[in-house]
Amino acid sequence: MTQSLYDRIGGEAAMNAAVDIFYRKVLADDRIKRFFDDVDMERQAAKQKAFLTMVTGGPNDYTGKDMREGHKHLVERGLNDSHFDAVMENLGATLKELNVPDELIAEAAAIAESTRNDVLNR
Amino acid sequence: MPQITFEGKRYHLVDKETVLDGLLRHGVAVRSSCRTGVCQSCILRAMDHAPPPESQKGLKESLKSRNHFLACQCQPTMDMEIASPGDDDLPWYSAKVIGKEKLSDRVVQLTLHCPKNFSFQAGQFINVMHDDMIRSYSIANVPHVQSTVELHIYRIDNGRMSTWIHNQLTVGEHLQIQGPFGDCIYTPGTPEQPLLLIGTGCGLAALRGVIHSALEQGHTAPIHFFHGSRSVEGVYMRDEMSSLAQDHPQFHYTACVSKDDAPKGYTSGRATDIALARHPQLRGWRIFVCGNSEMVKTTKRLAYLAGASLSQIHSDPFEFNHRLCLTVEENGTCQVA
Repeated sequence: MTQSLYDRIGGEAAMNAAVDIFYRKVLADDRIKRFFDDVDMERQAAKQKAFLTMVTGGPNDYTGKDMREGHKHLVERGLNDSHFDAVMENLGATLKELNVPDELIAEAAAIAESTRNDVLNR
Repeated sequence: MPQITFEGKRYHLVDKETVLDGLLRHGVAVRSSCRTGVCQSCILRAMDHAPPPESQKGLKESLKSRNHFLACQCQPTMDMEIASPGDDDLPWYSAKVIGKEKLSDRVVQLTLHCPKNFSFQAGQFINVMHDDMIRSYSIANVPHVQSTVELHIYRIDNGRMSTWIHNQLTVGEHLQIQGPFGDCIYTPGTPEQPLLLIGTGCGLAALRGVIHSALEQGHTAPIHFFHGSRSVEGVYMRDEMSSLAQDHPQFHYTACVSKDDAPKGYTSGRATDIALARHPQLRGWRIFVCGNSEMVKTTKRLAYLAGASLSQIHSDPFEFNHRLCLTVEENGTCQVA
C-alpha cells in the first residue's frame, strides 16, 4: 500500500505546523479574510486541521454533507468560486512552504478541488 | 428536540438551547456566573454517556473522564441524564481575608489566607462566592511558603460584587473560594524564548504571576510587558513594575494610557497597538494576553498574524483561550443575570 501524503510529511505533528501556516495565509488574504472575522480562532484552526488532514489523505471523517452545512451561511454571505480559488492558492503555497514536492501538492489539490460543489452548496 | 433528565425530572430543550438555559427556563436553580464557559461554576455531570466535547473545554482531565461538563456550553444532540457534581469534585474553601489594600482609585488588593489543601500556580484564577454572586478573579501572586492568595478587584460602576468588596468587606471576614482554574501559567523549559505580555486593567493580576514566575525561574530572554488602560488609574502597580524592570535587565515594562493624555512615564495609545508596533515580528515568541474579551480576541489574532504560533499564544490552546476571554474587569458578560 502506498503511504499517504499525510504520513509522508509527518502525520499529525506536520498538520499542526501546516495549519499554523495555512490559517495565517487565509487570515491575511484580503480576498477572503472577511469570512473569518467572527470565528473563534481555536475552533477554526481545528476545522482547518481536519481539512488539511483530509486533503493529504490522513484519517478523517469529513463528509460532503458537513462541507455543505458548514459553509451554507458563508454562501449566503457571498462565498463563490473566486474565494474557493483563493483558498486553493493558499493551500498550494502552504504545502510548497513545507517543501512538499509538486506532484504531491497536485494530489492534495485534487482532493480539495473535489469539495468545491459541496462547499459552494451547488 | 432532546430531553434532559435532572434529579429525576424530565425537561424539554428547544432548538440550540444549552442545558443551563433549559434548566433555568424551567425554573431549576443551577449555579452559574459567566455563561461563556470560563468560570466553571455551572459544572454538571452526565450520567448516561459522554457529554459533547465542546462542553468539556477547559476542564481538568479528572473531571472530563468522569463526564463532567459545563452546562452553559452544552447543547445536547441526544437525550441526557444529568446530575449535580459531588461536593468532592469542586470543593469550596473558606478563606480568611487578612489584608485589604488600595492599589489605585479603582483597584483594591485582597489578601486571603490560603486554606488548607488549597494550592495554585501563579496566573490561575479562582471563583469567589458571596450571597448569590460568583465572580472569577485572577490570582496575582506566586505561591510561596507564607501561603496567601492575592486578588485584584477592579471597582465596576454598579458592579454588585466589586462594590461590596470595595465598600463593605473587611479584614477578618471569610470568603468562599473555589478553584484554582486556568492555564495562564509560565511553564519552565524554554528560558531563551522571548515573552510578550499584554494586559489591560486587572489583567495585570495574572500577568504579574507569570512575570514573577518567569523571573524566579531564571528566564533569560526578554520579557516585554505592556499594561494599558483608558486612564492612569487602571494602570496600577506602576512602581512595582518599574522597579522590577530596574532590577532585571531582561524585563521591560511599558505603561500605556489610551483615552487621556499620557502623563510623563506613560505611553499614549492602546497596549496592543504599542506592543505590536514595537514587536511586529513574533515568530518564536510566547504570548500572554489578559483583559476584556474584545481586546483579547483582537490581540490574539494580531499576534498570530505577526508570526506567533497558535500553540504559543497561550499555554493551552483551549483552556487558556477561555481563561483569556474571562473579563477580568468584570464587564457585562461576567455579571449574574
